[in-house]
Amino acid sequence: MSAATVTPPDVVSDAPIPLRSHLRHTGALIRRNLLWIRQDPESMFDAILFPVIFTLLFVYVFGGSIGQSLGGGQQAYVQYVVPGLMAMMGMNMAQGVGTGFNTDFNSGVMDRFRSLPIGRGSVLFAKIAVEVMRMLIATAVLMVVGVLVGFDITNWPGLFASVGLSALFGSALMWVFLTLGVIMKSAQSVQAMGFLVLMPLQFGSSIFAPTKSMPGWLQNFTAYNPLSALADAARGLMVGGPVAHGLWVTLGWSFALTVVMAPVAIHKFRTKS
Amino acid sequence: MDMTRIDNTPRQAATGRSAVTVRGLVKHYGETKALDGVDLEVREGTVLGVLGPNGAGKTTLVRCLSTLITPDAGQATVAGYDVLKQPRQLRRVIGLTGQYASVDEKLPGWENLYMIGRLLDLPRKDARRRADELLERFSLTEAAKRPASTYSGGMRRRLDLAASMIGSPTVLFLDEPTTGLDPRTRNEVWQEVKRMVADGVTVLLTTQYMEEAEQLASELTVIDRGKVIASGRIDELKARVGGRTLRIRPVDPLQLRPLATMFDELGLTGLATTIVDSETGSVLVPILSDEQLTAVVGAVTARGITIASISTELPSLDEVFLSLTGHKASAPQGATPTNSREEVAV
Repeated sequence: MSAATVTPPDVVSDAPIPLRSHLRHTGALIRRNLLWIRQDPESMFDAILFPVIFTLLFVYVFGGSIGQSLGGGQQAYVQYVVPGLMAMMGMNMAQGVGTGFNTDFNSGVMDRFRSLPIGRGSVLFAKIAVEVMRMLIATAVLMVVGVLVGFDITNWPGLFASVGLSALFGSALMWVFLTLGVIMKSAQSVQAMGFLVLMPLQFGSSIFAPTKSMPGWLQNFTAYNPLSALADAARGLMVGGPVAHGLWVTLGWSFALTVVMAPVAIHKFRTKS
Repeated sequence: MDMTRIDNTPRQAATGRSAVTVRGLVKHYGETKALDGVDLEVREGTVLGVLGPNGAGKTTLVRCLSTLITPDAGQATVAGYDVLKQPRQLRRVIGLTGQYASVDEKLPGWENLYMIGRLLDLPRKDARRRADELLERFSLTEAAKRPASTYSGGMRRRLDLAASMIGSPTVLFLDEPTTGLDPRTRNEVWQEVKRMVADGVTVLLTTQYMEEAEQLASELTVIDRGKVIASGRIDELKARVGGRTLRIRPVDPLQLRPLATMFDELGLTGLATTIVDSETGSVLVPILSDEQLTAVVGAVTARGITIASISTELPSLDEVFLSLTGHKASAPQGATPTNSREEVAV
């Protein structure tokens, strides 16, 4: 047998890790995260049930009254809220990333990863890749439920563009929560922190209701709230309406969060003892 | 197929070259000096035992050497690579088995090993084969598909060791590899470690057990509160701490004190002070050599004292520490000889 292939070289190169190795490492870690799901299928419950429950709740509880103010009853609200909920999917998954990673970080296997000659960002990239997959599944479920309650997809390319946009923003937000997951002591505090930050962003937005009737200061806030911007952009792309402002604000936030938080997360992960 | 030589060209055992060199290593956590200027050396192909109580700095030392944390001062090289300047190369030639199993509990055993193979840049085929081989070698083939969380403590440690061996490391760090294991499982792990050493791997092992150090290590470094308090070959250190202890329990408890006095007056070269252990009704005699052992037993027989039991014991960590830090282990008992005799008599 060709045992020699396994032998480590006597002289180990100090060249930077090649991109192919990075991809291989990230792939191996993605496999790990996917195996977790296979081992524990219940971990998919949130991704599947969340869009079902939220769609049904909002459409049937608020649909009638908010729909009226939109000038078309419940059906008008379905067209309004489904793109909004899509904007929420990324946020929801991102929040879970922090708590999950915190637990993972405190397990012994992290020591092993950190003692291996791999780029330490791979561990984080893999986590984000798998969470984006979960988010896409949640989005697919949302669309199915949406169509069942009467959502009318008028623009397929727009639909795919909005899915891409929310995946982009979702992954940017995940860097923030990965950082929290690394620096905070317990999974509970990560969760509490996430709730405090996301609650106002989520409801002080155009996700669930138009912002026209909100007071001026809140309208100013929602205009640059990334969740609001993402919801507006998704709405414009999927069912028609203005897209540009929402699109640029979302892209700006996604870019800024990734550029600032990805290095911070990787650095914190690298240096945490 | 002989698993022990699967991955390496025969390695030179114990060449005298240093595989791990540590000079003045310091690591502080706030006020706590986890490492306070540690020096040590592990020669290639040998096992160094790092003995110390909880909180002595053993884990911090291993974490510094495996690049998990950065020391505040001092130098360390592993297999010729500097822990600060060449962490990436260093990581390629080490294996680490932590105090807490460093395997993914949710993944099956095989998947754990395959994943590490891939992370070490083995091609898929080789990673698969290596996982199969190591599961076989560590007798885990039957549990290959079960999540590691269902493994027993011993199986988990074996998987952990297997994971450390994937990359055929030249230096292996074992941080308290048998803490929390029952004696039989502990023995299993020792056997595995011995096989790795036979393959030529250099091992730095931390432990709280003198017995473990004696089983596995050829040299010993004793640390306490971040400082090295003794180091050398195991037999030398054992000589310094009194080697074995002979425990003699006479049938008649009234014979305890006369026995102790007799040994003290025996005048054997190097025989340390005997201790009267009134709780168990026995006399403890530190023994340095087989000759002394024979002489002591001979003296007991000559006196015609009937013995209920006799056994030899390795010194406990406490005794080792007391000896090395300059306090005689006998001091507490010796201070109250009258009391112990009275207790025995009553």
